[in-house]
Amino acid sequence: MRFSDQFEARFTEMLTHYPTKRSVLVPTLLYAQDEAGFLSDEVITEIAGRLDLTELDVRNVISYYSMLTTKPRGKFNVQVCRNISCLLRGADELIEHCEKKLGIAHKGTTPDGLFSFEEVECIGACSWAPAAQVNYDFHENLTAEKMDRILDEYRTKVQ
Amino acid sequence: MADSPKLVNLTVDGKPVSAPAGTLLIEACKNTGIEVPSFCYYPNLSLQGACRMCLVRVEKMPKLQTACTTGIAEGMVVVTDSDEIRQARKSMVEMLLGNHPLDCPVCDAGGECELQDMTFSYGAAESKFIELKQHRDEQQWSPVVYFDRPRCILCYRCVRVCGEGMDVWALGVDNRGAVSTIVPNQKDHLECEECGMCIDICPVGALTSGAYRYKTRPWEMKHVGTTCTHCADGCKTTLGVRRAETGMEIVRGDNRDKSGINGDFLCIKGRYGFDFCNNEDRLTQPLVRRGGRLVPATWEEAFEVIGKRFKSIVDREGGRAIGVIGSTRTTNEENYLLQKFARLLLGTNNIDHHRTADFPAFVAAIHGKSNATATMRDVYNAPAILLIGNDPTDEHPLLAWQIRNNVRLHNARLYIVNSRPIKLRRQATSFTQVPSEIDFTTFLGGDESRGSNVAREGWNTLREKLRAEQGLVIIFGSEIFGQGIQALAKFAASVPGAKLVCLGDYANSRGAADMGLYPDLLPGYSPISSAAKLHQEWKTLPEAPGMNIPQMFEAAKTGQLKALYVIGANPVGRLNILHSGLNNTFLVVQDMFLTETAALAEVVLPAANAYEKAGTFTNTCGDIQILKKAGDVTTTKPDFEMIVRIADAMGFDVHKLVPFGHGVHADMGQSRGAQSGEADQHSVWLEANGLEPKVSPFDPMAILDEIQRLVPGYDVSRLELMAGNDQHTSIAAMGSGSVQSPELIVPAKNNLFTSGTLGRYSRALNSVIENKDPEPAEEVSAD
Amino acid sequence: MAELVSHPDEVRVVAKRFGKGATNIDRYLELDGYKAVRKALGMQPDAIINEVKNSGLRGRGGAGFNTGLKWSFVPKQSAKPKYILCNGDESEPGTCKDRLIFEEDPHSVIEGVIIAGLAVGASSGYIYIRGEYRYLLEIMQKAIADAYAKGFLGKNIFGSGRDFEVYWHGGAGAYEVGEESALMESLEGKRGVPRIRPPFPAVVGLWGGPTVINNAETLASVPPIILGGAEWFANLGTPKNGGTRLFCLSGHVNKPGVYELPMGYNLKKMIYEVGGGIPNGRKLKAVVPGGSSCPLLTSEEIDLPMDFDTLMKAGSMLGSGGVVMVDDSTCMVKFALRIMKFYQHESCGWCIPCREGTDWLMKTLTRFHSGGGIRKDIDNIQYLSENMLGRTFCPLGDAAALPTISIVKKFRKEFEDHLEGRPCPFEKKGAVERLPVFA
Ligand SMILES: Cc1cc2nc3c(=O)[nH]c(=O)nc-3n(C[C@H](O)[C@H](O)[C@H](O)COP(=O)(O)O)c2cc1C
Ligand code: SF4
Ligand code: FES
Repeated sequence: MRFSDQFEARFTEMLTHYPTKRSVLVPTLLYAQDEAGFLSDEVITEIAGRLDLTELDVRNVISYYSMLTTKPRGKFNVQVCRNISCLLRGADELIEHCEKKLGIAHKGTTPDGLFSFEEVECIGACSWAPAAQVNYDFHENLTAEKMDRILDEYRTKVQ
Repeated sequence: MADSPKLVNLTVDGKPVSAPAGTLLIEACKNTGIEVPSFCYYPNLSLQGACRMCLVRVEKMPKLQTACTTGIAEGMVVVTDSDEIRQARKSMVEMLLGNHPLDCPVCDAGGECELQDMTFSYGAAESKFIELKQHRDEQQWSPVVYFDRPRCILCYRCVRVCGEGMDVWALGVDNRGAVSTIVPNQKDHLECEECGMCIDICPVGALTSGAYRYKTRPWEMKHVGTTCTHCADGCKTTLGVRRAETGMEIVRGDNRDKSGINGDFLCIKGRYGFDFCNNEDRLTQPLVRRGGRLVPATWEEAFEVIGKRFKSIVDREGGRAIGVIGSTRTTNEENYLLQKFARLLLGTNNIDHHRTADFPAFVAAIHGKSNATATMRDVYNAPAILLIGNDPTDEHPLLAWQIRNNVRLHNARLYIVNSRPIKLRRQATSFTQVPSEIDFTTFLGGDESRGSNVAREGWNTLREKLRAEQGLVIIFGSEIFGQGIQALAKFAASVPGAKLVCLGDYANSRGAADMGLYPDLLPGYSPISSAAKLHQEWKTLPEAPGMNIPQMFEAAKTGQLKALYVIGANPVGRLNILHSGLNNTFLVVQDMFLTETAALAEVVLPAANAYEKAGTFTNTCGDIQILKKAGDVTTTKPDFEMIVRIADAMGFDVHKLVPFGHGVHADMGQSRGAQSGEADQHSVWLEANGLEPKVSPFDPMAILDEIQRLVPGYDVSRLELMAGNDQHTSIAAMGSGSVQSPELIVPAKNNLFTSGTLGRYSRALNSVIENKDPEPAEEVSAD
Repeated sequence: MAELVSHPDEVRVVAKRFGKGATNIDRYLELDGYKAVRKALGMQPDAIINEVKNSGLRGRGGAGFNTGLKWSFVPKQSAKPKYILCNGDESEPGTCKDRLIFEEDPHSVIEGVIIAGLAVGASSGYIYIRGEYRYLLEIMQKAIADAYAKGFLGKNIFGSGRDFEVYWHGGAGAYEVGEESALMESLEGKRGVPRIRPPFPAVVGLWGGPTVINNAETLASVPPIILGGAEWFANLGTPKNGGTRLFCLSGHVNKPGVYELPMGYNLKKMIYEVGGGIPNGRKLKAVVPGGSSCPLLTSEEIDLPMDFDTLMKAGSMLGSGGVVMVDDSTCMVKFALRIMKFYQHESCGWCIPCREGTDWLMKTLTRFHSGGGIRKDIDNIQYLSENMLGRTFCPLGDAAALPTISIVKKFRKEFEDHLEGRPCPFEKKGAVERLPVFA
């Protein structure tokens, strides 16, 4: 299992931040996922080993947090907020639009592995609703047209 | 003694209640007879506050409070029952029932389910929900553990008992919210000690056992509390029995009433390892060798054959020509009876057993010192423990549980000295790895030449630390014998309040030793010449020491030993003895199975096992406990009866062997004379407990009377014993012991999943072993 | 990245550096940055606590507990290290203010953490930021590094002879982790299941040490109090409700955005003047006054000052500052369902009433909204919510029950209008509901 140098440097540094090794677990898992795409068995074994935890412990933690996943997903994870402020400003329509446009439903991934789609809970963009995140990027005050443009931009990014 | 904690006074439901400071409200209520319901609260496990069933009203608090997490406080005013509280509890049950399958009629827990009871108490009968229940298929996590997810109410008891109690940590919680679920450590299966604690602690039928599931309804069983027949720790186990064609079949083992020295603990063997009883290979008829083959015979025929041969040998060559090997799994009464049979009737000291610890050296080392030995309960309460050798997690599961939980709940200090990094080191204050335990003990005893220079430095510090402990319990395994025990006892004497535990291996190996299954020691480790009381009582006793097991086999080879009588032992299989040497010896074996030894016998008698008879066992600490008859295979007999019948067939007066039927004095009363009323009560009581009253020659209690009278240290309260309580015998009060040859000690080397012959015939144990270590498929040869 | 707005009624205390490039430490210093902590270094701990206590600063995380009072619960002597924990898990629906603070003025949080540390005798602090806010975590990482580089953090801070460490920490998606004890569990690398209280975090918190947990906005309010004085701050608001707070206006409002208004600002004015009223000529039907956990107010109930005590009296809560306007085109059954879906999804699952209650409420509301409701459902929804209320292990259960109870009570007629197989009167194209999938 190899992570990037940046990951390793951050991991080593983080270990010095806390009195217990285990404390680095949650952020470490997310960083590991960012690099590996998802938390595979191999990643779990590696992290459990580094932190002297059982794999069961690590799995129990992973399954608790909604951003962590043990299944592969698309390169760009489109997460549209479905909570109240967004709902009031057209989240339903936006979600429907995305599903149609991408041809996938909640938790689905496009066949080319480029996009995944997910309805998510409040992402802290209520005053700029409706909102979505693609991976970690926020996109706000969305309309169907704006969403189309955004998705197209991501698509062209890989080419 | 530490200062006893201050009493705190509070009012519960208008009643004054007082309890020691630090008590939880739920416990304070329980102690006063006020039941506060709970699912997740479980004594001695970490607090959860998750099920919200224990909500009560505490004055001045705005919300209902959970009694399971609230500590009592002076002047607290509590209401545990009101409309508001009943409604709160009712709604919890309603919400649980929302998705809980109502398959109670086919659920193993039906009839003993806490959710059922709670539904009954709080009347959540009417369903509020019309949503479909989420079904999920049952999962098998191991040969013994099954999980039915929709039945789970997420009380987390299983997770905690596995982690905190067992230090196994094989269960966890996955996901969150409504889809939270208990999961095993290997995704879809368990890798663990298979103790089954999770199953018995489950308040509902979510975790069920492969050994019991779908076998019977709980109310169809009779429950008999007895003592486990596997390792030497002496757990109480409650056997659920049911009528079967062959008698009474044991279908379940547990200790849910938490009585006994083990509380709620049982390992896999105590819980599921009873099934050797029901193994189809079990001997159910006497076998007599005719034309070179063992063929079925009647009991009368079998006893006649044995009686005639034994008698003619004794008549012609004297008792010395017969050897007797006893068992580490028969009762004290049987062991005592057997050596009495050998010594008094046959007139020989040729008696021995499979020794797994050097008890004679132990008794010699602590002879005459009062309070020198610790009980199994002491191990849970001692402020400090020194464990030398052995791996209790594998070999003494209860002892390991006591140690672990003493550390966890009472902050005991655990010092481990071992040549291997055993699992208990995780609980240890200090772990010292040594090349040899015996070197270390002799060092402790003052022989400073032992060990390397480097090691000695560490040993010194450890010795000083140990000397500073008050109430140290020193536990040692079979790595320590002879001089080592002497040295250890010497060290113990230098530590105020220190007590010792010597670890032997089988359920009654301590009893076998105490009862004198030695060629040179009478019951209570008295050298043959020195037991005045026994000499007085028995009048004729053979003077010369007899042969030990290797000597017996040697004598058999040379033709000096004409007969060998083996009860519940398998020397040929277990002690690597060459069987060809037995060709000219008349071999009689009493056993449950056709073991390697039994297969060579002239007569094989089908024996009942410890779950099928009454009597007592003494565990490795010296705690004596009662056995009650649970199962029954009607065509077998207890060893006790068989010994008596053989004596009878030899033409002896069996009253000499078993003082039954007239004027026996017991502390529970007399069976004749002025106190006969008491005796009648005694009989009634014995009968009610499945024991035989002293009016028959097969009454083990008659022998227990004699043991209590003649074996020093066994004069424990009969009442307590009969009531199912453990009583500590005093080995230090016994005879002076003797020096034994260390080669005679052969550890059983049983682990968590093996149990000598019994284990070989336990399907539950074997299924677990196979599952853990699947053997490569055997090659099938083309025929 | 989040857009800034402004209004003349605003009183900028926490937001005074918003839009001014204060993420740059030098710029922050020009804008009075790190002055408060220098001042605090010269004060007695008790004096700091008193100043904060008297300022009437109440927790901006939702519960509104007096911050100085909370600090005073930390034992003076402790065998274990003490900690300051900044709660930046911001996940309450309708709330998006801590995000602006981290984005526009990260050093103000660091400064607040140090001052809190000086007050209670802690020498390290953690800033926990929700996982979704990755870019803010990066901003914070840089801010912390810059503060270290200047000697404001680490050994001998500001040459005072005192040491103080601040660490960043990122979450990974869980609302419940915002609950203070679950937050500590999460920081310790565990599942975000709350802890039993007592002991309270002020006594036994992170790794067993006494811990002060405060919301990011609360901590960002501390430096101005130290600089401006308790009295000045207290006078900005209403009695017992000192200062200003960031109100996040969202939903059916013309000018959504985060505005810093004095405590006690009139809600009606906030909606119609600051927020510019309801769009599309619609009428206001209801308001969520402080994030989705709060009971809703109807349009008749909004003429009141926005402070903790008044809202409590009005049967609701000031909560976390998320003010969500709901117009009359909205189906309140659907709104209730939407809220319940959230709590069902976010319940940690630890305790029965919340785990089972939210699940059953969500399922019932789903069926009900899609036309399958029966009359007894309405009472059942009410019954279940009332039986969750006050009986769960942590306040998430209450957060799910309270808005639901208020919606059923205040908009019961809308529930009745859904009965007998009638389609949702507000849904243009019929009900579209899906049960959520949780992997
Ligand atoms: C379910 C739940 C979620 C919470 N989420 C947050 C949160 O995201 N941010 C926050 O600051 N406080 C949150 N809180 C409140 C915290 O528990 C805690 O009261 C607060 O961080 C204390 O800081 P304060 O006194 O400065 O408000 C939450 C509480 C509950 C019950
Ligand atoms: S109320 Fe109970 S289940 Fe819900 S989040 Fe709190 S502890 Fe978890
Ligand atoms: S409701 Fe969508 S970002 Fe908050």
